[in-house]
Amino acid sequence: MTKTKEEKRDAIIAACCIGAFYVLILILEAVVPATHILFSILKKSAVYSLAAVSMNLLNGFTGLFSLGQAGFMLLGAYTYAILNMPTELKLGTSVYKYYECAIHFDMGFLPSLLLAGVIAAVFAALIGIPVLRLKSDYLAIATLGFAEIIRAVFQWEALGPVTNGANILSGFTDLNHIYIPFTKIAIPPTFFVMLLSGICIAIVLLLINSSFGRAFKAIRDDEIAAEAMGINLFKHKEMSFIISSFFAGISGALLAMYQFTVKAATFKTAMTYEILLIVVIGGIGSISGSCIGSFLFIACNEWWLRFLDESSNNIAGLNIFRSGFRKVVFSLIIMVIVLFFRKGLMGDKELTAKNVRQFIAGKKSEKKAKGGEKA
Amino acid sequence: MSLFQTWLPYLLAGISVGGQYALIAIGYTMVYGILRLINFAHGDVFMAAGLIMVYLSTALPLWIAIPLTLALTVALGFLIERAAYKPLRSAPRMSVMISAIGVSYLIQNCALYFTGGLAKVYPPIPWISDTVEVFGAITKRVTLITPILSLFLVVALVLFIKKTKVGIAMRAVARDFEASQLMGIKINSVISATFVIGSLLAGVGSLLYFSNYASVTPTSGGMPGLKCFVAAVFGGIGSIPGAVIGAFIIGICENVIKGLGWTTFSDAFTFALLIVILLVKPTGLFGEKSTDKV
Amino acid sequence: MKKFLAVVLSLCMVLALVACGGSKEEAKGDVVTIGVFEPASGDNGAGGKQETLGVQYANAKCPTVEIGGKTYQVVLKIVDNESADDKAPSAAAELVSAGCSVVLGSYGSSVSRAGGPTFEAANVPVVGITCTNPAVTEGNKYYFRVCFLDPFQGTVLANYALKDLGVKKAYCLNKLGDDYSGGLVNYFIEAFEAGGGEVVHEEFPEGSMDFTSYVATAKAEGCGVFFSPVSTEAAQLIIDQTVAQGAEFPLLAGDTWDSNVILQAAKGKNVNITVTTFYPEGANAEFDEGFKAWLEADSAMLANNGGDTTISAVSAMGYDAYFVALEALKAAGSTEPAKVMEALWNVSYQGVSGPIAFDQVNGDAIRNTAFVKQANTADGTWNALPAVTVG
Repeated sequence: MTKTKEEKRDAIIAACCIGAFYVLILILEAVVPATHILFSILKKSAVYSLAAVSMNLLNGFTGLFSLGQAGFMLLGAYTYAILNMPTELKLGTSVYKYYECAIHFDMGFLPSLLLAGVIAAVFAALIGIPVLRLKSDYLAIATLGFAEIIRAVFQWEALGPVTNGANILSGFTDLNHIYIPFTKIAIPPTFFVMLLSGICIAIVLLLINSSFGRAFKAIRDDEIAAEAMGINLFKHKEMSFIISSFFAGISGALLAMYQFTVKAATFKTAMTYEILLIVVIGGIGSISGSCIGSFLFIACNEWWLRFLDESSNNIAGLNIFRSGFRKVVFSLIIMVIVLFFRKGLMGDKELTAKNVRQFIAGKKSEKKAKGGEKA
Repeated sequence: MSLFQTWLPYLLAGISVGGQYALIAIGYTMVYGILRLINFAHGDVFMAAGLIMVYLSTALPLWIAIPLTLALTVALGFLIERAAYKPLRSAPRMSVMISAIGVSYLIQNCALYFTGGLAKVYPPIPWISDTVEVFGAITKRVTLITPILSLFLVVALVLFIKKTKVGIAMRAVARDFEASQLMGIKINSVISATFVIGSLLAGVGSLLYFSNYASVTPTSGGMPGLKCFVAAVFGGIGSIPGAVIGAFIIGICENVIKGLGWTTFSDAFTFALLIVILLVKPTGLFGEKSTDKV
Repeated sequence: MKKFLAVVLSLCMVLALVACGGSKEEAKGDVVTIGVFEPASGDNGAGGKQETLGVQYANAKCPTVEIGGKTYQVVLKIVDNESADDKAPSAAAELVSAGCSVVLGSYGSSVSRAGGPTFEAANVPVVGITCTNPAVTEGNKYYFRVCFLDPFQGTVLANYALKDLGVKKAYCLNKLGDDYSGGLVNYFIEAFEAGGGEVVHEEFPEGSMDFTSYVATAKAEGCGVFFSPVSTEAAQLIIDQTVAQGAEFPLLAGDTWDSNVILQAAKGKNVNITVTTFYPEGANAEFDEGFKAWLEADSAMLANNGGDTTISAVSAMGYDAYFVALEALKAAGSTEPAKVMEALWNVSYQGVSGPIAFDQVNGDAIRNTAFVKQANTADGTWNALPAVTVG
């Protein structure tokens, strides 16, 4: 593929912007105290953007309506936690209180992280064989069902020696204890998690722009036409499902690192819904939309709107501001977006230099038009 | 103790839950039949009906509170359809479904705000909340009333759909959305009627359910809602008798599983059942086979 | 038009960001912030609110503290952790970010465990109020607690069942994946079996409404006592369904059931409910009267307490925890969280629930007394039974 001069320039601009963004994060981490809530939000939204992108790959790019994301994240989180937890901890009684741990080895951080993705992908491959034959809503409810089953299995007492039953897992490497290899220099946690999820998202982006990605989009737009064009439907659907689950698994592992602890009970259907809403707010079929959406969603939900919960804001005896008001306002905002901005923030466009330029140009011409009216 | 007496309490619990699930499942199956929409907010309408009853009964006598609760539930269902689904009539199906998830989120959060996150105790309804003895097992009278009332309502509903004009219009819309529009059927009023009936049954279901399990929390509707949808799919979505039978099967299985000591899996089992039926017979027990049009 | 709206929307977001940054700038004199890390919604919402009430009352009673010769105004920063483990870290981060010198909470051991590492990483000390699972403070030198622990409480309850109730077979029910009920049930079983008893143990998944099957199993197995130290939300249903099925065994539970929610659910019903707890109403008349008067003065507070003035033990514990925090601030002579942590190890305080001092291993309160209460279903109050002291 030959690139025009403009395209090359845009690619360089994009690379510079991304580089500048990461440098900004590094500077922020150096300047602002590490305990500031901004970093919690940034870390969590980095994790959720990866989860949202993996869901977007299925829902937005392949047209498979799957609601099993929480299940695959659970698989990833547990795999990571169990493999990475130091052996002494497993054999001690502080984590495995009621069971004797059956796993007598541990792994470094990177292999555990990769395996977290792999295990999730393997399960996806198995689940995909029967489930991917189903259509739209049936597929959604079946994947949702599988996520619930996975959750129940991980809470099962009989698996206690591996999963610690329904109890919490902790003591694995978390984001604050990642070091540059062979040194004792800690990597700034926010930068690190953003870098990791950034790399994963970049891989998804490359995939989408490859011939596979074009096949996925063809399936989304019209299954029958795609099949007629010689695209093997099942193979491509299964592939999309596996890849999406792989990254969901990794995002689950990152979530475990962010939360310091893992427990099956937290990977509920509500979590899948949250990720789905992020995808919708960002725009179905837009990777950059998912990332922006995840930051806005998490920041609104857990940070910006918290003042609504504080009763000190009440004026003249009105008891409007109290705990829960934040969530009401937040869900109203979501409804407004769902109803009036159906395409989300980005639609199916990406945040590229070209689109930004066009957006600004569009604004100018709009202004010109308005100016013309006035004159 | 004989085998029958050991299992009777589980069976009774299963049948009663099954009856309550049936009333909710009908709402799912009717809406899906017409709009091809999984109305995720339906379970929350059911929960809201419970809360409305809790608040009304503190101020009003029961004989006013109960009909008023049902009326308000119907109004809520109608309102949701008009506000959140109607504007998206021409949008892709996924948007409507997401709107349903959004509404569910909104209702839950409103409930959270108004109750302050505390569980509300459901008012006991005289007579149906009393305890009775059946073959040595002691239970609430509502356990016995539920299946009878559910079946009665279902028969009434089936007659309504078969005989009345609105019912015929509903079936026509479910069969072919556009053709029925061309035939002069007022789609919007038919859809509204569907939501009204669904919400009414959910209201009745909530009266029975919460008389049995007398505590309402903002998330009370979540799990029952999901299970009822599974019941509807299990029985063949779009089919009312199917939804009822599916609901009874799921209610009974769930309690038998608990009786066997597999409590961890009582919820997961419902979904396992669903996946099995989807793979073996994708249209459910009584579903009609549909063909894809190119 | 759409683009215009998009720009307006993003401007709003930025403004919100700026507003958030700005609001933190306003400092009014010398202020020390104490964080309250409690659930106000979710499964443990009722208990969390009552615990918060204790802290708020203590704050109303004693709003200033002398630190290093200067008088500081104590400001409470109350954050809802939604009884959810996945929301706990960001709720904790919010408290840390607000510059809390010390944090109180939480009700429920699970969220405490989930939030603990965030506080530890930020070097902010936490005084647990009623999180009784041993794992909360283990290996976390920033987590302290003022209540007794589950191994102790489980033993007391098992002994009560074996000796006072004289039963040999017990039914235990806990919520799947809940650190509090799971831990307590586990220690109860250990002690009960060591005493020669037999146990039937089941777990229910989150969001269960239907407890009839569990009650039926307990009946079918011929258990003499139903031990179920779960959240009050589930407890209401369990009580109701036990009565509905005409089960005659007594219900036994831990400190969570010491709540007026339980009394309201049990009122007028033929059921025997016994709980162990931290504080019996009437033990400290001055606190009782003051707290009741304070509740009655504000309808919102009364609503948070469940609509009446029954004093929950968790409120008394919250009240004590607040004063323990003040003692630590005084001893530290600074609002620096790390210094407060150092000071906490040596705090000793005579609270309404008894003397409080921390052991030097995990920072757990040294306590050996549990109070036992029985629900009086006729008039909806608690009857105090003799307190149990071990060791």
